[in-house]
Amino acid sequence: MIPFTPYIVLFPFIGFLVLGLFGSKIKNEKVIGIIGSGAVGAAFAIAAAIFVQMLGMEPQDRRRVVELFTWISTFTGTASSFNVVIGYQVDQLSILMTLVVTGVGFLIHVYSVGYMHGDAGFWRFFAYLNLFIFAMLNLVLADNFLLMFLGWEGVGLCSYLLIGFWYERKFDVGGYAAGVATTNDAAKKAFIVNRVGDFGFILAMLLIFATFGSLRFDAVFSGAELMSIGNQAAFWITLLLFVGATGKSAQIPLFVWLPDAMAGPTPVSALIHAATMVTAGVYMVARCSILFALAPSTMQIVAIIGSLTAIVAASIGLVQNDIKKVLAYSTVSQLGYMFLAMGVAAFSAGIFHLTTHAFFKALLFLGSGAVIHAMHDEQNIQNMGGLKRHLPTTYRTFLIGAIAIAGIFPFAGFFSKDEILWKAFSSEQGSAVLWVVALLGAGLTAFYMFRLVILTFEGPARFGQNVHPHEAPRTMTIPLVILAFLSLVGGFIGVPKSLLGNNMIEHWLAPVFEAASTKLLLSEESVHATEYVLMILSLGIAGAGIYGAWKVYTKRIDIAEAVSTKYKRMYHVLLNKYFVDEVYDGAIVRPTVKLSERLLWKGFDVAVIDGALNGLASLISLIAMSFRKIQTGIAQMYAVVFVGGIVFVLAWLVLK
Amino acid sequence: MSFHDYALTITIFFPLLGVLVLFFTPKNSVRSIKLTGFVSTLIVFILSLYLFFGFESDNPSFQFQQQVTWISGLNIGYTIGIDGMALLLIVLTAFLTPLALLGTWNSVEHRLKEYTMMVLLLELGMVGVFAALDLFLFYMFWEAMLIPMYFIIGIWGGQDRVYAAIKFFLYTLFGSLLMLVAILALGYFASTLPEGEFTTNLATLYAVAQHIPLNLQLWMFAAFALSFAIKVPLFPLHTWLPDAHVQAPTAGSVILAGVLLKMGTYGFLRFCLPLFPEASLRLTPVLCVLAVVGIIYGALVAMVQTDIKKLVAYSSVSHLGFVVLGIFAMTEEGIQGAIIQMVNHGLSTGALFLLVGMIYDRTHTRTISDFGGVAKLMPVYATFFLVISLSSIGLPGLNGFVGEFLVLLGAFKSAVLGTYAYAAIAGIGVILSAVYLLWMYQRVMLGPVREGAVYAGHKLSDITKREMVALGFIVIFVVWIGVYPGTFLKKSAWTAKTVVTLMENVQRGFQPRYAEWPLKVPNENK
Repeated sequence: MIPFTPYIVLFPFIGFLVLGLFGSKIKNEKVIGIIGSGAVGAAFAIAAAIFVQMLGMEPQDRRRVVELFTWISTFTGTASSFNVVIGYQVDQLSILMTLVVTGVGFLIHVYSVGYMHGDAGFWRFFAYLNLFIFAMLNLVLADNFLLMFLGWEGVGLCSYLLIGFWYERKFDVGGYAAGVATTNDAAKKAFIVNRVGDFGFILAMLLIFATFGSLRFDAVFSGAELMSIGNQAAFWITLLLFVGATGKSAQIPLFVWLPDAMAGPTPVSALIHAATMVTAGVYMVARCSILFALAPSTMQIVAIIGSLTAIVAASIGLVQNDIKKVLAYSTVSQLGYMFLAMGVAAFSAGIFHLTTHAFFKALLFLGSGAVIHAMHDEQNIQNMGGLKRHLPTTYRTFLIGAIAIAGIFPFAGFFSKDEILWKAFSSEQGSAVLWVVALLGAGLTAFYMFRLVILTFEGPARFGQNVHPHEAPRTMTIPLVILAFLSLVGGFIGVPKSLLGNNMIEHWLAPVFEAASTKLLLSEESVHATEYVLMILSLGIAGAGIYGAWKVYTKRIDIAEAVSTKYKRMYHVLLNKYFVDEVYDGAIVRPTVKLSERLLWKGFDVAVIDGALNGLASLISLIAMSFRKIQTGIAQMYAVVFVGGIVFVLAWLVLK
Repeated sequence: MSFHDYALTITIFFPLLGVLVLFFTPKNSVRSIKLTGFVSTLIVFILSLYLFFGFESDNPSFQFQQQVTWISGLNIGYTIGIDGMALLLIVLTAFLTPLALLGTWNSVEHRLKEYTMMVLLLELGMVGVFAALDLFLFYMFWEAMLIPMYFIIGIWGGQDRVYAAIKFFLYTLFGSLLMLVAILALGYFASTLPEGEFTTNLATLYAVAQHIPLNLQLWMFAAFALSFAIKVPLFPLHTWLPDAHVQAPTAGSVILAGVLLKMGTYGFLRFCLPLFPEASLRLTPVLCVLAVVGIIYGALVAMVQTDIKKLVAYSSVSHLGFVVLGIFAMTEEGIQGAIIQMVNHGLSTGALFLLVGMIYDRTHTRTISDFGGVAKLMPVYATFFLVISLSSIGLPGLNGFVGEFLVLLGAFKSAVLGTYAYAAIAGIGVILSAVYLLWMYQRVMLGPVREGAVYAGHKLSDITKREMVALGFIVIFVVWIGVYPGTFLKKSAWTAKTVVTLMENVQRGFQPRYAEWPLKVPNENK
């Protein structure tokens, strides 16, 4: 099956071409839906078949590369010159990512058939979605950095197209700028902020090529294995790669685009801005684990940024009232956890959390979509309440998602998050401080998630009589149920030894991270007693968060009000997302525009250069004008000059 | 004597046949004038395809060579021939010219016959410039091409066309006169060598050049480089460009941006580096600093433009900066990147000017703030605009990325530059190009249809089939080069390799440095 790997990538591309070129002619939504979902389903089927085949192989045989054709090269035949072949690599990590992308992607495609029903751009939507899957699969299956970058930029483009899908709509960014933005402002912001990160990625690739002479993963990584820890080049490469990751995966300082990205249709938020694209940075770090292992300083930076992002985003999530915004900050925060895992060399734990997060966060977003759908585009949870009566399936599945993300045993989030917390504490690269920050974040997560659940589904209805919420159609509820099931049992692929499991996912991924583990001398072992204590603590704080939210938002709503008035300033800061957007705008965007317009364009170009040129031109014409006066046309005058000249020449000859 | 031997000459001069036919076409038979123009340029394109497929990529010497003595006493000859770089630029020229006519089919009404003649003469000059292997001949074509362009801007241009045309003319003329002096000095220098004679034959001069002392090299380099830098245009010699572009009619802008600017960068590679290698090495930092400043400066100034056409013009300053950086990085990656980037810029900026022209024809405005919500009314147009913008932004999978990345890589690993700084700063251009193009795209295409827009309430018609064909062909190559650039990069591989080897030999002090120079001089005069 492995030689068929390129077909995984090809099918969504064909879907995109068919829908993109002929979609407007196909009037039947069903046909479009089948083409769109079918393309992704086919990709999933191939990936699944390959996966099954890999299960039967020896671990060391599971990595295969299928090369297609030379992409970018100097074609000069010089050995040291640049050469990149389009090649796809199947290994334990990439097949897992492929399954997540195509699996969750397929469910979201099916869901979209219901969600986008009746939209004028129905075909366009599916074309973009298929293009996205194509790009994402290039990202995860690439066997070299450059092709990965193609996917990396491709998903960014699709994100741009899909955030601004309803390009005529206004969009509320919240905070001070409330109500002034449009969806395409959000789209543009996403693309440009990502480009800042991509700048880091590009520089990293240049440095990788300068250091290793290749951009192929196997060449680079086997070269890296020979280097020693603390290598200068490895430090810069990983740091620059991480800059790229902060853009794509919305980490501090480049996280600002993701909350705005919620302007896009909800299935997009679920697929791109929760389950798949935003995790690309995590995948990239995991893929380059050996490089990061060489750079302890970068690892430390990754861990700190990850944990900081986790808690900062969670704190903003506490006060947001837009259902999707809460989930967006939650995503930023959860991505922070994944980076924390990367930073403490818990690579497989990070990928594990990436997988479970894909299940429950896609579920939560799709659930929120069902709610928004039912409420006729209302997104403010203050205007909801009591929806569980109207949307029973959505409610139940959403609740499962919330429990999973809060990290309650035995839901998926419990195992994956706990693994990260444990490694943050116990690993060589970890520390008690990182653990405490992550633990606090977990408490906040439980609190804001249940605040969201309660304000949306519980209590009395806070919407008008004219709104009649109704459960979503089956194309939407079936994916919810499947994802809820996965959120419930997904964690069992990674049950730790301490809980009598055998951590299947860690074993599965072990060969991919072997080089990094060897380099870092990671040991398997641990004292289970400490692990149990920490586990109980984290369960306790999650429970406390849920209890707190339940207490406050069902019974004592006055507490919430009292807190927000008492700590008014803090509340204000959180509501306005720490004013990061405003700072960027004031410190970077506006000065750059002003400088370019006044100083460079009107100042230098027009005034200085053209001024000098035009000045020169007028000077010349001035001189010419004065010479013109000599030519008076009076013959006597000429005669005088003529004679004067002769006298002068003679005098000169004589006196010489 | 076969067609093959004359293929290049026929390609160069075929437009004359079109001009001749136009002479005898009555000036009010609009349709036949247009058809004559279009068909002539189309045949030139077909001829260029003959060159493309007849060109042997693994043959390092100049191909389709032809040599006829012209002024025998001075050893000036009609010597032509092409290497991979010249081939690609000739095909680009021959590709863009018919598309420029097709894409602006109904844009010119006034003096259509003369206009079409000028376009044909311009094409003749452009192809000639890329084919000439004699400096005197090169200079003739170089200047000859200036005249039709001057008229195209000056007669068929916009409001301030005369100012723009004169500015364009003087700027360029100033540079080229210095070049003429340098050409004569070079020829004269050849005659001062033992048994030497005056000559402008490039092959001979390549061999002669290694005897030129450094200080003379520096002067000659400066004269050539100034002329080319104005053409590129390299910061700070770029101010003629925005005016010329804004005032020129659409087809003029397309050709100006698509082909004319490339003559500067072509000149650097064809003449400056191989003729004055020591001087080039010495002055590389200066040119690269200007190139990098141009990349950033052009992008920042493009960002704040209010006129779409001016925005695209300034973006050219930025993009051509990449080409110059690639050339002077003097690595295989850099030069291959520069060559393909010349083609890329021709395609994407040419297409952008076509697109701007199409909307201008419909609304008679180019001011960004006059627009909004065009995508709603012209969805196909908006899609083309987006694809081309993305190509210009350098999205992987489209053509722009291939060139930009190779250039950055070449500059990064360049031993001549010796520092990562150039590539790192140039990389910022990658962020900025997304900023100015997407911002413009958003303001023009997206959002609701602006109230009070000139086209509000009217039915703004989407692009016609003819326009779609013109853009469609460009998009095909945008994707082709993005996915499978090998077709084109293979052709120019020897050009890059030769120049890089030469520069390396010079750096190491090898004699004779032209040992591997592949240019062969045909002995017999045909």
